[in-house]
Amino acid sequence: MNLLRLVFKNIFRHKLRSMLTILGIAVTILAFGLLRTLIAAWYAGVEASADNRLITRNSVSFIFPLPLAYRDQIANVPGVSQVTYANWFQGIYIDQNQFFPRMGVDAETLFESYPEFLITADELAEFKKERNAAVVGSIIAQRYNLHLGDIMQIKGDIYPGEYEFVIRGIYRPRDSKTDATQMFFHWDYLNEHAKEIGYEANMVGWYIITVDDPDQSAVISEAVDALFHNSRAETKTETEAAFAHSFISMSDAILKSINAISIIIIGIIILVLANTMAMTARERMQEYAVLKTLGFPGAFLTYLIYGEALLISVLGGIIGILLTFPLARGVQEAVPAGYFPVFDVTAGTILLCALAVLIVSIFSSAYPVWKARSQTIVDGLRQIG
Amino acid sequence: MVSSTNGQVLIELKEISKSYFKDRIKIPVLSNITLSIPGGEFIAFMGPSGSGKTTLLNLIAGIDHPDNGHVIIDGVDIAKLGESRLAVWRSHHVGFVFQFYNLIPVLTAYQNVELPLLLTNLTRKEKREHVEAALKIVGLEDRMTHFPRQLSGGQEQRVAIARAIVTDPTIIVADEPTGDLDKSSAEEVLELMVQLNRQFNKTVVMVTHDPRAAEKAHKVIHLDKGELMPYEPTETGL
Repeated sequence: MNLLRLVFKNIFRHKLRSMLTILGIAVTILAFGLLRTLIAAWYAGVEASADNRLITRNSVSFIFPLPLAYRDQIANVPGVSQVTYANWFQGIYIDQNQFFPRMGVDAETLFESYPEFLITADELAEFKKERNAAVVGSIIAQRYNLHLGDIMQIKGDIYPGEYEFVIRGIYRPRDSKTDATQMFFHWDYLNEHAKEIGYEANMVGWYIITVDDPDQSAVISEAVDALFHNSRAETKTETEAAFAHSFISMSDAILKSINAISIIIIGIIILVLANTMAMTARERMQEYAVLKTLGFPGAFLTYLIYGEALLISVLGGIIGILLTFPLARGVQEAVPAGYFPVFDVTAGTILLCALAVLIVSIFSSAYPVWKARSQTIVDGLRQIG
Repeated sequence: MVSSTNGQVLIELKEISKSYFKDRIKIPVLSNITLSIPGGEFIAFMGPSGSGKTTLLNLIAGIDHPDNGHVIIDGVDIAKLGESRLAVWRSHHVGFVFQFYNLIPVLTAYQNVELPLLLTNLTRKEKREHVEAALKIVGLEDRMTHFPRQLSGGQEQRVAIARAIVTDPTIIVADEPTGDLDKSSAEEVLELMVQLNRQFNKTVVMVTHDPRAAEKAHKVIHLDKGELMPYEPTETGL
């Protein structure tokens, strides 16, 4: 017999109560894990940002384009090693629920600027050759069962018209942070259509600048923006992370609410377990007094009570974490396809859940431990359970 | 280790006073008690409810502190010991028997008896030997795997006695050990206490309301309103 065995035996003294508490913790940890996964998914774009890439957009708003003519001027700024550009196209593929980014890009330079998009040399060459060729991410290819040579018919919304793209490449993500849910096609193809429908031609959505030294990003950003100061389309240049963050900041209130709810959930678990531990301790005050009488020190009681709280929360936590994985998959499938390019239960989320479990066990057992330790033996022995 | 030598004073109380506070009102429980108990004695404290006999027992057992005076056990004034040192002292020198047995319900008889040995450095084998010996003394070697709920009241109290003696203490304190038992179980438990006193030379200090239980003691000390009454020898003690 040892302390751990005694802790185990104590847990199953009131099986129903313990099981319900464990279940309660499992459900709340599950909710906590899902909310943290949601927040992590929201920040996935920021996480995936490269520190050597800058984004130059119209200073008024992201939705206003910039002249293509800016490209060469930007490329001449000292410290800039590569410039590419992209234009948001969107359109409707199959139906409006099938969301994934679709962009017109500079086919010659895009994949040089994004080394995390892995594509074979043959496929890249094929993509560059054909005017209406497209490259899709591997997740998109898998989701829509697309293969090389397949045709994607997309109805334009921002750029009205019927578009037909041929899949000439499928890129794979370099790591789990990389978004493999995008579609790229030739900006030239889009530009031609823009002319046909009477839109202003030779305009791009934003520039992607690769810099030699990330430490010089601020200086280069200022230099780029200075080039177009007082022009008809002033620019705003910022790091890719800041650019991604500006999208998230639009949902800042929602994210703050989710964060607050996740903290409230921890509070709920603490109350659930504290209630169980308080009941347990109240019932066992006489036993604790007997243990003290036998010579067991206060530390033993601390380990006994805290051990029980820890074990209950760990069991609940494990069940909750294990359930988070299938449920996160379920959530990802339930939201419109492509809404969250990355919706994984990350190691960080699991670590946060584990930390929550630890905090819960410490806080929930604090009062019972104090009560058991501070009560005199004589008072404890007088207690009627 | 407390040395128990028959005839020599083992427990010495000098001018002990103790009060409790209830709703900020001071209630004196013991006043100016002075008492000596030789080693190897079997002492019974008797008295009406509220007379202070359990408080006196608690002071001797080191689970309560006097307001004034000295509680000297084999030369050590335990009233001056801090909580942690007192806990260690209790684990080595005192075995406790309670009225309601106070066994841990989720532990078997064996595990309940083994409990005080968790505080020792004995090997697993040595612990087993101690527990089996203690359970054999109380005649429950065949009930080791039984849980308290599977035992009668008398058997539970015998397990509690086994737990009290498993560390081989010199002093056994018993607070109304037969108070919750039927006549025959009470008789068995009292015989066991007598056996521990005579055969194993344990100094037994018992609180009881039961005159038949008190008859087993060498000496009955009466308390009333926190004061000692004149000495009354029993047939056993004569």
